[in-house]
Amino acid sequence: MNAPGQHAATTAPTPNPGTPAVEARGLVKAFGATRALDGFDLSVPTGQVTGFLGPNGAGKSTAIRVLLGMLKADSGTARVLGQDAWGEQVAIHRRIAYVPGDASLWPNLTGGEAIDILTRLRGAGQDRRRRDELIERFDLDPTKKARTYSKGNRQKVALVAALASDAELFLLDEPTSGLDPLMEAVFTAQVRALRDSGRTVLLSSHILGEVEKLCDTVTIIRAGRAVESGSLAELRHLTRSTVNATVNTTTDDAGPSGPAGTSGLRDLEGIHDLAVDHGAEGARVRFDVDNHRMSTVLAALSEAGVQNLTIAPPSLEDLFMRHYGGTVDS
Amino acid sequence: MNAVNGTGALFRLDLRRDRWRILIWTLAVGLGVYGSVVALEEAFPTPESIQARGSLLTNPATLMMTGPAFAADDYTFGAMVANELSLYVFLAVGIMAILQTVRHTRAEEESGRLEMVRALPVGRFAAPAAAIATVGLSALLVGAATALGLLAVGHDGLDAASSLAFGAATALTGLVFAALASVAAQLTEYARGAAGLAMAGLAVSYLVRGIGDVIHHTGSWLSWFSPFAWAQQTRLFVDLRWWPLLVSLAVAVALFALAGVMATRRDLGAGLRPASKGPATAARSLLAPAGLAERLQRGSILVWAIGAFFFAVAMGALANSLDDILEENPALSQWMALEGTDLTAQFAGIILSYVMIAPLIVGVSGVLTLKTEESSGRSELLLVSGRPRVSVLAGWFGTVAVQVALLTVLGGLGVGLGVWAGTGQGRWIGEMTVAGIAYLPAILVVTALAVALFGLLPRLTVLAWPFVVFIALALFLGELLQLPDWAMDLSPFTHVPALPAVEVGGAETVALLVMTGIAVVLAAVGIAGYRRRDIASH
Repeated sequence: MNAPGQHAATTAPTPNPGTPAVEARGLVKAFGATRALDGFDLSVPTGQVTGFLGPNGAGKSTAIRVLLGMLKADSGTARVLGQDAWGEQVAIHRRIAYVPGDASLWPNLTGGEAIDILTRLRGAGQDRRRRDELIERFDLDPTKKARTYSKGNRQKVALVAALASDAELFLLDEPTSGLDPLMEAVFTAQVRALRDSGRTVLLSSHILGEVEKLCDTVTIIRAGRAVESGSLAELRHLTRSTVNATVNTTTDDAGPSGPAGTSGLRDLEGIHDLAVDHGAEGARVRFDVDNHRMSTVLAALSEAGVQNLTIAPPSLEDLFMRHYGGTVDS
Repeated sequence: MNAVNGTGALFRLDLRRDRWRILIWTLAVGLGVYGSVVALEEAFPTPESIQARGSLLTNPATLMMTGPAFAADDYTFGAMVANELSLYVFLAVGIMAILQTVRHTRAEEESGRLEMVRALPVGRFAAPAAAIATVGLSALLVGAATALGLLAVGHDGLDAASSLAFGAATALTGLVFAALASVAAQLTEYARGAAGLAMAGLAVSYLVRGIGDVIHHTGSWLSWFSPFAWAQQTRLFVDLRWWPLLVSLAVAVALFALAGVMATRRDLGAGLRPASKGPATAARSLLAPAGLAERLQRGSILVWAIGAFFFAVAMGALANSLDDILEENPALSQWMALEGTDLTAQFAGIILSYVMIAPLIVGVSGVLTLKTEESSGRSELLLVSGRPRVSVLAGWFGTVAVQVALLTVLGGLGVGLGVWAGTGQGRWIGEMTVAGIAYLPAILVVTALAVALFGLLPRLTVLAWPFVVFIALALFLGELLQLPDWAMDLSPFTHVPALPAVEVGGAETVALLVMTGIAVVLAAVGIAGYRRRDIASH
């Protein structure tokens, strides 16, 4: 076993767009009787923003801390930027930036000092300008002692330190907790800029809107296992859309010879949770539909004489709820 | 609405939160007193054995560790109980009062809970009044437990009046330190800072009473500046007098009033001093782990250095009056093995060994600070910013080692300056400084032991503290308790040559080299372990 802390061989592999920036297979990490990670897989494509979703206690932070080499996995492999997360952690740390969800700073040092310590900035130059620009963007007073900062301001210090470093991979563990909406917008813009410049980002969050806005691919973790992963488009395809329509059939049961009627919808495969509300101008129907059955359902609707129709694609929340307390079965 | 509206409800809340703490403190002190008295009864069964113990009372070390010696010539069991026990009961109740007061005042304010409470129809002084009532009740219970513990033994030498006075002194000493803590809680915005300030006050009180009683063994003008003296000057079981307790009561009331005045002059959540601003960029030195460690510990090191230095000078200066002390109490020379021309050197060596407790504590607490850095998540940030684990731990340990080394030099220099001031002989300055440095290997053994625990068994790192306590006990009381040789040998301090009274020969050199070697191995083991273990999260 390679001990961490060793200076890695100078032949650090250069990222190749084909290989993922993070590749974890079958990670297991137990704390006593609790298995925080239980066969966890994760792949973060290079140059993309990957969302990492899961509620508190699902294993997000444990997974990230294994990737950082802070925890040694009991079994499984974790490679970050092509290097072993545990054995070559120092070499990896030189190429990544990290923001924890609840940044703890040295109470008697100023925010500016903490930023410099965390980025190891020396002297003036490009890095220094970037740092000062970020401090201004995030509206942070770097001369204040960290003990006087609010939680949001402590978080800004960690964000500025991470964003100011010229890293290839950014591991962000619930980075916006405590930030106000204005600062969240600044953060969103910064993450987009990172992606535009070819950096890779792993964004752990339970704020679904943030992930939906920023991420190309998503991994959902539950009880230490990845239960869903892929691009947002793929995931949406696997799930259901919500359909609202008004059809002109006024009777619910027109018989086998009449128009298909709303009862026809009821019999169709792929339709769930159908609700029908009869009114003077027709029947208003609302249901969820498996996306791969969509064309059949649309045909049935048109046969029923559809007057208006809205189809809402599944939100990330739907995806998420499907794995956490959702009632829908797969 | 008046200013104390809601005090009753808050008092009940405080009691509900503290019921187990109060019970444990009360039982621990009560049973501790009872058990100690029974143990003393067994250890000193005859008047002769008690008198033999009494003849040792006036030596400076015993005076520092016990109390004023009122009946050294006619020592009784009661006087012995008061001497052996009272200081520790008063220290315990003082610590309890400080922790409890800060817990119910500044800690509540810092956490923001007080703000929620104050948003209710609750008066401005309700929370502090409830806190005082809670701590007062706790101190009263501990005092009652002390008195009961004494009476429960049923020894003829322990009369009821003095037993009750012992209890009252305990309760009032608690109240004084509660009042001191409530003032400290006004000064700083942080519970930890307030507790630290009040604990420093407790430590100063301890030293002042000790040094004051060393000046004269029944107490001097200096002793009276310490709350411990007010409690001990009641002359328990010897010649009981109650009036010194009035001083305790008056000072407690005055300090509480001062805290009240200060509280009205500041905003909720604020301290009296506003937090200052600092540099917007880090100095170059801060970027290295060693520099960061130095910066984070600078404040506390400064306090320790000043404290240890002045203590060293003050105690060293006593060397001058050594002849008088010996003349008064020839038995002292037997116990301290003070004889011949080396008298001053031996005394200075003993004082120096006491002073060296300071760097010992600084070393262990310096390493343990890294544990806090880890559990708060800051170590993780530091490591992820690209610093190898070896450099973080080695840099930290290196800084602590340098701080310890500086303190040994400063302590030796202090004693040397003190002896020089007393005797007028300048050679002591150099000799004592060298003698101080000789403690460095022994102290580093303990510091490195803390590093080894931190690297291998991080959850057990605090076990370094009991070892420090053992070393101090062996040093102060080893001779009195007649600890077996193997137990004395466990303490690294036993293997430090008692410079300048002895010549450094081969055996002493070997001991110093072996201790240095052990320290290096322990530190290396700790660093190796740290490279291989998980970093804890918060």
